[in-house]
Amino acid sequence: MKLYQRTIRDLHKMLVDREISSVELTDAVLNQIDAVGDKTKAYLLVTRELALRQAQAADDRLRANRDVRPLTGIPIALKDVLCVTDVASTAGSKILRGFTPPYSATVVERLEGEGAVFLGKTNCDEFAMGSSNENSGYWPVHNPWALDRVPGGSSGGSAAAVASGEAIAALGSDTGGSIRQPAALTGIVGLKPTYGRVSRYGLIAFASSLDQIGPMTRDVVDGALLLQAIAGHDPRDSTSSSRPVPDYLATLTDGVRGMRLGVPKEYFVAGMEPAVEQSIRDAIRLLEQQGASIEEVSLPHSDVALPAYSNLARYDGTRYGFQAGGGRNIIEEYMLTRQQGFGAEVKRRIMLGTYALSSGYYDAYYLQAQKVRTLIIEDFKRAFKKVDALLGATSPTAAFELGAKTQDPVAMYLNDIITIPANLGNVCGISVPCGLVDGLPIGLQVIAPGFGEEAALRVAYAFEAATEFHKARSPLMGAAA
Amino acid sequence: MSAIATRYEVVVGLEVHAQILTQSKMFCGCSTDYLTAPPNANTCPVCLGLPGSLPVINRRAVEATIRTALALNCEIPEFSKFDRKNYFYPDLPKGYQISQYDLPLSRNGHLDFDLNGETRRCGITRVHLEEDTGKLLHEGAIHEAQASLVNFNRAGVPLMEIVSEPDLRSADEAREYVMRLRAILQYIGVNDGDMESGQLRCDANVSLRPAGRAELGTKVEVKNMNSFRAIHRAVEYEVERQTQVLESGGRLAQETRGWNDARGLTVSQRSKEYAEDYRYFPEPDLPPLDVSREWVAQIRAGLPELPAARRERFMTTFGLSPYDAALLTSSKAMAEFFEETARLGAPAKTAANWILGDFSRLLNADHKEIQDSSVRPTHLQELIHLIETGALTGRMAKQTFEVMYRAPDPGPALEAARGSTQISGDAELDRIVDEIIAENVKSVADFRAGKEQALKFLIGQGMKISKGRANPQRLDALLREKIQ
Repeated sequence: MKLYQRTIRDLHKMLVDREISSVELTDAVLNQIDAVGDKTKAYLLVTRELALRQAQAADDRLRANRDVRPLTGIPIALKDVLCVTDVASTAGSKILRGFTPPYSATVVERLEGEGAVFLGKTNCDEFAMGSSNENSGYWPVHNPWALDRVPGGSSGGSAAAVASGEAIAALGSDTGGSIRQPAALTGIVGLKPTYGRVSRYGLIAFASSLDQIGPMTRDVVDGALLLQAIAGHDPRDSTSSSRPVPDYLATLTDGVRGMRLGVPKEYFVAGMEPAVEQSIRDAIRLLEQQGASIEEVSLPHSDVALPAYSNLARYDGTRYGFQAGGGRNIIEEYMLTRQQGFGAEVKRRIMLGTYALSSGYYDAYYLQAQKVRTLIIEDFKRAFKKVDALLGATSPTAAFELGAKTQDPVAMYLNDIITIPANLGNVCGISVPCGLVDGLPIGLQVIAPGFGEEAALRVAYAFEAATEFHKARSPLMGAAA
Repeated sequence: MSAIATRYEVVVGLEVHAQILTQSKMFCGCSTDYLTAPPNANTCPVCLGLPGSLPVINRRAVEATIRTALALNCEIPEFSKFDRKNYFYPDLPKGYQISQYDLPLSRNGHLDFDLNGETRRCGITRVHLEEDTGKLLHEGAIHEAQASLVNFNRAGVPLMEIVSEPDLRSADEAREYVMRLRAILQYIGVNDGDMESGQLRCDANVSLRPAGRAELGTKVEVKNMNSFRAIHRAVEYEVERQTQVLESGGRLAQETRGWNDARGLTVSQRSKEYAEDYRYFPEPDLPPLDVSREWVAQIRAGLPELPAARRERFMTTFGLSPYDAALLTSSKAMAEFFEETARLGAPAKTAANWILGDFSRLLNADHKEIQDSSVRPTHLQELIHLIETGALTGRMAKQTFEVMYRAPDPGPALEAARGSTQISGDAELDRIVDEIIAENVKSVADFRAGKEQALKFLIGQGMKISKGRANPQRLDALLREKIQ
C-alpha cells in the first residue's frame, strides 16, 4: 500500500516504529498532489516548504521521543476558511485575494502543537456558501471518483484531497452540511461536531451561530483522533463550550448492542435516489443485526432557515484583500469592490439576509426563521428522549455532474435538506461510507444529541467495522494493493 | 426667547455617549489609549474586524455600565444580550457595530438635578453598552477630501449610551441634566467627563408641541455639541428655529442636524427619507449575559457617595447653602478639594466662597478643571489662615491667590505673602514670647512638666497675638529657650 493511501492510525504506528519518517510521508503526499492535483483542483495553495519544515520538526520530535502525539508528523490539509499566520487565506473568495492573516485559528494552533504537517489550503465554495464547490471564486473541484462530478461542498477541496491521496486527513467546516455531504460524495468520513465543541476563532465566518470545524478522514478512528486534537474550550471564542472533552477512543469500539437508534421518516425525502434509500435501509438492518433496537421517529420541522450574512460586511476593500480601485468616492469604491469581489451565490445570500432583516420584513423572515429553529431544536430533544442516535442518508443522491444544478439555486439548496437540521438543532452528525451507487460513493448519516459525539462515533464505528465500504479507494487514489 | 415661544412647550431628550475608563477595549485586550498612542498602534485582529477573529466581553466594562445604571436608579434585568447594528462606514471595521437593541443591560431609571433652587427629575430610558468606532482624518474638508486616513485605536473602546426620556423642557434643563450626569459618571469613576476630547458626547432630540398637548411634535436630532455651553446654545437655537418655522405656517422635517459652534447654528445633515435601517439582530459570536442578583448587589455595595448625598452632607455638616452645596458637588474633584481644605482647618463657608468665586472664575477663563490647577487644598487653607489671622487683607489675598494660581508652584507666592508680613526682628518676638509666658501660667507649667502638647498651644497663642505674623519656628525656639 502506498503511504498516501493509509490512515492516520497506521501511519502513526509506522512513524513511531521508525519504519518511515514524516519527511518521507510528506514527500509521498506532495508527490501525489503533483500527480493528480491538476485533475482534482483540490488545493488553492500548497504550502510545500512549510510542510517539509514541519515534517522535519516532527521527525526531530519522533527521534527524541519527545511529546509524540497521534498526529505528530501526519500531513493534513486545511480548508481555506481557516486562518494560518502568514499563509494566504481567502475563504475561496476573490475579495480576500492577497490576505495573509497575522494570526492562526485556534484549531490550527492545536494541530501545530500536536506536531501535524500542513499541506496547504483546500478549495471550497466562496465563504463556504454552496453544496458543490462550483461557487469557488477560483475554480471548481472535481470528484476523484469521477472527474465530471462535483465533490460536494462547501468543503469539497478537503474531501477531494483526502479521497485522492492528496492528504491523509483534512479539516473542513460545516454550516449546513459542508463537511458531511462532501464526505459522503467522496467516500470518506466527515464529522460535524456540536456547536461549541470546537473553537471557531480564526474560522472565516459564514453563519456564526451554526459554523463548526470538523475532521474529514479515511475512517472513523481517524475522525475520533482528529476531533480529539481540536475539541475543547477556547477563551478566545465565547461560544465554545467549557464541557470537558471525553476520550473518544475509549468508547469507540463499544458496539451498538443495547443502543436505541431512530429513523426519522422525514429524512427519506422526495427526490431521494432509490439506490441511496436501499443502501440506507440495508445499513439500518445491519445495525439492527448488531444488536441495536430501531424505531421510527418524527422530526416534523426539517425545514431550511435563512441565517444572516452580516459577516460579509467587513469586506469593503479598504483594509485588506481585493480592492477594485477606480471608485470616485468611498461608496462607489465599496460597490465596485463588492461587485467584482463576490460571486453570484454570495451576492444572492447577502441579498436574502439583508432583505430578511429589513424593517417590515423582519418578523416574516428573520423571526419566522428563529421560530423554525426553535421547533427543530424541540424536535431533536423529543426524539433524543426516545433514542440514542438517529440514522439517515447524508445526501439524497450520489455526486451529480458539474453544472447540473448551477442554474437552479433551489435544487442546490435541497441538497442540504437532510444535513442542515443538525446545525440548526445544536446536535452533532457524522457521515460514514455506506456503499457505491453506479460507482459513486454515498454516506450514512448518524446524528447524536448535542455533545454526544461519543455516541455518533460509536455507531459509525460499529457500522464501519462490519462493512468494507470505507476501504474502497477512488480511481485517483488507486487500488489499495 | 421670543414671546411666541411660550405658546409651545419645549421637549428635549438627550442621548449621551460616555466612554468607559477601562484599561483594555470592549472585546479584546488592546489598550484603550487612543489619544496619545501612534495611529493604529493599539489594534489587533479583533478590533480591526479581521476575518475569523471573535469578540470576548470585557467584564469590567459590563460592571461599569451596571454601576452607572445603578447610580441612575435603573432596573437591571437578569438577562441581557448584544446585537449587531449594521451599517457601512470606513471607521467601522466589521461593517457592523456590536451594540444592544431590545435587551439592554438596564432600563427605567431617573436622574434628579437642580435648577433655580428646585429639584427636577428626568427619566432614564436605558443605559446600554456598545463599542466605539475608529476615527477618520480627512485631507481637507470632508466633501472635497482627496484622501482620508483611518485610525482604529479608538475602535472597540467601551462606550455606554445613556438615553433619557423626553422629559427636559428647556435649554437650561438640558445643560443641568448633562452637568449632573457628568458629575455622577466622575463620582463613580467610569468616565473623566472630558467633552472636548469626545470622552463624553451628547446628542439632543428637540421638538415643540402646542402647550397642553400630549402627543410629541416632529423631532429633530441635533449632534456635534462638545461642551455644556454648546448644548445650551444648540438647544436654544433649535427651539427658536423650530418656533419660527411653525409660526410662519411651515412644517418641520424629521431630520438630523449638526451644531456649528463657530457660526452658532444647526445645519441639516440627513433627513428621515435617508434614515438608516440598521437591521439589528442578536450577535451570534457572544453568548447572552446572565446578570446574577449577587453580582448586581456587589456592584451596588461598591458605589461611592453620589452627588445628591454629598450635597445633603455638605449642607448639614458644613452649613452650606443648597446652592453652594450643589455647585461644589457638581464636580467630584471640586467637592473633594473643598472637603480637604475644610479638613485642614479652613472655615467651610470661606473655603466654599474661594472655590466657587475667585478660583472658579480663573479656571473657567482658562477652560481648566480644578484638578488641573497647581493650587492644592493646603495652599488655599494657608491663604485663608493668613486672612483669618489678619495677616492679609481681603484685597491682598485676592492678588496673592491670582499669583499663586498663575505660578507653576504656588508655594513661593504664599511664602512671599507670609514673609512680607512676618515679624522676624528678635526684639519684637521677645516681647511677644514674654507676653505669652505671663498670660499662660498653667500651660507653661504643663510644658515644664513634660507636656509637649502645651508648647503647641503656646505657639498658637503667639500667632494670635502677632495676628499670624510671627514665625512659628522662631516662636518654638524662643519659648523653649525662655521656659527651660
